[in-house]
Amino acid sequence: MSMPLLRRLALTTAVAAALMVGAATGTARAAGPLTYDLKPTRIAPDTYVFEGSTKHFTRANGGNILNAGFIVTADGVIVIQTGPSRRYGEEMRAAIRKVTEKPIRKVFISNLHPDYWLGSQAFADVPIAALPGTIAGIQEEGSGIADNMYRLVGDWMRGTEVTVPTEPVYGSTVKFGDHRLRLIPLSGHTAADLMILDETTGVLFTGGVVFCDRTPTTPHATIADWLKELDAVEGLDIRLMVPNHGHIRSDKACVAQTRDWLTWLDGTLRHAVDSGLDMAEALELPTPERFEVLDVLREEYRRSVAHLWPKIEQAALPRVN
Amino acid sequence: MGHALYQAGLAGAMIVVAGTAFAASSPSDPLNSVMWEALRDQYFAGAPVVFDDAVRVNAPAAAEDTRAVPVSVDATALGKVVEMVAIADLNPFPLVLRYHPGTAAPYIATRIKIQQATAVRGAARTADGVWHVSGVMVDAAGGGCSAPPASYAQKDWADHVGEVQARLWPADSDGVARLRLRIRHPNDTGLVDGIPAYFVETLQVEAQSPGGSAELAKIDSLEPVSEIPSIRWTCVRRRTPRRWCCAAGTTRAARSGRPFRCRRRAPNPR
Repeated sequence: MSMPLLRRLALTTAVAAALMVGAATGTARAAGPLTYDLKPTRIAPDTYVFEGSTKHFTRANGGNILNAGFIVTADGVIVIQTGPSRRYGEEMRAAIRKVTEKPIRKVFISNLHPDYWLGSQAFADVPIAALPGTIAGIQEEGSGIADNMYRLVGDWMRGTEVTVPTEPVYGSTVKFGDHRLRLIPLSGHTAADLMILDETTGVLFTGGVVFCDRTPTTPHATIADWLKELDAVEGLDIRLMVPNHGHIRSDKACVAQTRDWLTWLDGTLRHAVDSGLDMAEALELPTPERFEVLDVLREEYRRSVAHLWPKIEQAALPRVN
Repeated sequence: MGHALYQAGLAGAMIVVAGTAFAASSPSDPLNSVMWEALRDQYFAGAPVVFDDAVRVNAPAAAEDTRAVPVSVDATALGKVVEMVAIADLNPFPLVLRYHPGTAAPYIATRIKIQQATAVRGAARTADGVWHVSGVMVDAAGGGCSAPPASYAQKDWADHVGEVQARLWPADSDGVARLRLRIRHPNDTGLVDGIPAYFVETLQVEAQSPGGSAELAKIDSLEPVSEIPSIRWTCVRRRTPRRWCCAAGTTRAARSGRPFRCRRRAPNPR
């Protein structure tokens, strides 16, 4: 009687131990430290990009939907965009450290959207430069933007706080080591869009002005101005284009792609308002097949209806009292 | 011990009985909203209720701007409808509007505030007294009902309250005419600190057409209708009204809210 009982106890313990090991491993895999696993790609001399997904912010990608970059100059490292969270900024800085021992000299932020600047906490000890309109926008909307990112991607955001850029910049050409950077202030995608052209390598960081194979986003957009921004890009002499969202290309095909989308979007919504459709109906309008190459097409189309419709309607309806 | 078991058995039996009785009188909510039973009792008090996909509610799956979420309720498949309501279950004030279609079609579209992710419903009461209910889930970041209106960013906003923009689209080949109204109004919910409730409460549209009745339709509008309400009616008739006019009443409790009117000859020259 006593022997079987002992054997049974021993067996139970062994099973329990095995289960615990299994549980511990499983837990480690599921809830272990989140990581963006950032790996820089060298795209030109001294120039690197962390290529992100072309999707929307999700709990799977942690908001890594951008192409942040850095340029290693004799004067130190120039960082372009800091990503969607403190964690991203910290991982980015650690990854840069693996490429060069040089200190971070300056950070540039292209606009107020969340994935451009929420990682700035990791660079709080260096000047963070942005256009005055971007700084004002982050001061005004930054905490709401951060709150929404916590809701969208969750734990990836842990510890992320609003870090407002510290240095206003304007249209100018600045020199860091051998690299001459042309700072190009524009407005259209947002009220303040900073493009950075490295005249030394011919690499253009477009920020949100050009999207490549990824549907453009419009929460702060004025379409007519955005089209003029694209004209400005057409006039630049470049070797490589780095959009903040989408693919890096050596030609300007994605300028035309962005223009095509914006023109179609604006024209379609204006026509819908003019035909007496309501906003809920506009959400269901079909998107032409040629735009299927743009990632997250229907999601961004619907978001754009919400962004653009009220103003178009306001302009289109006549006063009656 | 035996007594306790007997009690447990009795309780179980009662639950089963109650469950059966409930299921027979009112169907369970396909959207599984915790508020459904309370809202049903409040807004459809005792009237028969059916969930009916013939009522089509169109709203985005995720709200991009919680202060202005587009919603349309289309009950034209039911034929003659006496009254329609729109409800956002988890809003601090769930009832969005009551629509009395009159001689207009049972279709209404507007934009609403939502406070958090919620079921958004449309219901239509047919002449037999039955409420036909349908709805969709809308995910949201929250805060739409308690955010201050953007109108106040403009210093002269008060000078423009009551301005109406509108357009009538004459009847198409199916005899369907559309009317869209946009009213400058902050539509304050009263939930923002220091800003009392101030919103459009009634909106009445009259049509002047040969042989037609004067009142086209009426809306009892409530807090959740968005700032600067934008509303679309659909009229199904062979002839487009020659003239139409609208009148809107606004909350008087706060500020100098007073009714305003608009008038227009149709069709619109544009």
